[in-house]
Amino acid sequence: MTMSTLKTAACGLALLAAPLAANAEDLVVNGEIEMITETEPAAHLDGAVPTVRSGWTFRASETQQLQMDDFENPAMIDADNGMSAWNTAEGAEGKSCADCHGAMEDSMEMVRATYPKWNEEAGEVRNIQMQVDDCRVNQMGAEPYGLDSRPMLAMEAAISSVGRGQVVDVAIDGPAAETWEMGKELYYTRFGQLDLSCASCHELNYDNYIRADHLSQGQINGFPTYRLKNARLNGTHSRFRGCIRDTRAETFAVGSEEFLALELYVASRGNGLTVEGPAVRN
Amino acid sequence: MADNVTPRVRVPRDAAAGDTITIKTLISHPMESGQRKDSDGNTIPRSIINRFTCDFNGESVMEMILEPAISTNPFIEFQAVVPESGTFAFTWYDDDGSVYEESKDIAVS
Repeated sequence: MTMSTLKTAACGLALLAAPLAANAEDLVVNGEIEMITETEPAAHLDGAVPTVRSGWTFRASETQQLQMDDFENPAMIDADNGMSAWNTAEGAEGKSCADCHGAMEDSMEMVRATYPKWNEEAGEVRNIQMQVDDCRVNQMGAEPYGLDSRPMLAMEAAISSVGRGQVVDVAIDGPAAETWEMGKELYYTRFGQLDLSCASCHELNYDNYIRADHLSQGQINGFPTYRLKNARLNGTHSRFRGCIRDTRAETFAVGSEEFLALELYVASRGNGLTVEGPAVRN
Repeated sequence: MADNVTPRVRVPRDAAAGDTITIKTLISHPMESGQRKDSDGNTIPRSIINRFTCDFNGESVMEMILEPAISTNPFIEFQAVVPESGTFAFTWYDDDGSVYEESKDIAVS
């Protein structure tokens, strides 16, 4: 669909359903959180793409609308569950997340926008999920959720939801530089029998069709993402896994060093976009 | 048994008398149909919301019987005419006997 027909379709919809979004080219959630869905690429992208675009801009208007209202966004049920888990005491220490961190809206606002991040004490790059499980085991004395498990994704969705509208700005210099370089290397490495790298689809062919689906730039600012395909939240690493599997390769494991590096690199490609998670995609 | 069942409702805060308003409700529920089998071949017992009602100031606005084909997290949207200020009361009835309730006030000018 060209941009002009898209516009017409969006206008038609707006006429039929006046209270819905007037123009599907602007993403405003709940009528108050304004999102940046297209922006100038960061310097470290070296002109690889002319414009950085959120996955939202590639979706059909019906899917786009689902994300514009928390009531319609099916992922918000999980985010609510994550929010109540935040306030629930668990484990040997009898503490909840809120006992140390306070209200999620205050303490977690900038988290989604800046992770994965170098953790000085641990001497490694960590994503949100690793940090949550570390907290659960070492601070709360509770069982870890497990990466990309349902309660973990719910917690990540809640943390992400309070950071919506913040501009993604992951640090790629200093101690994180080595991991970032590794991620970049992986992004441009061809995998599998189909001999495809991430860049083959998401840098060179975004906006084209891959069979019946519209290829996006593969930005991860909307993760954890509710996919209509499986009607649940999906984690970044599981998504990477699906992509690499589709190239007919042996994939890396969820939580592996490789995927963490790739997560940091792909997140950095989206620097300048806003946090949308939990987003709604195909 | 269904865990984490949370009802949510959206009703406009105010309206003019005689206005037709749109009400949206959503309840998180697995809506297990009773037709599926687990990995050992045993039937997973049916567990659904089987009835939903909406009352306004004690008067019935709508009532709905839900069947097993309705998918997870039932989303029900309907319209109602509001003659006066009052309270909408929403009730969901679960197969396991649980009843989930939610209410919303509306100011009519």
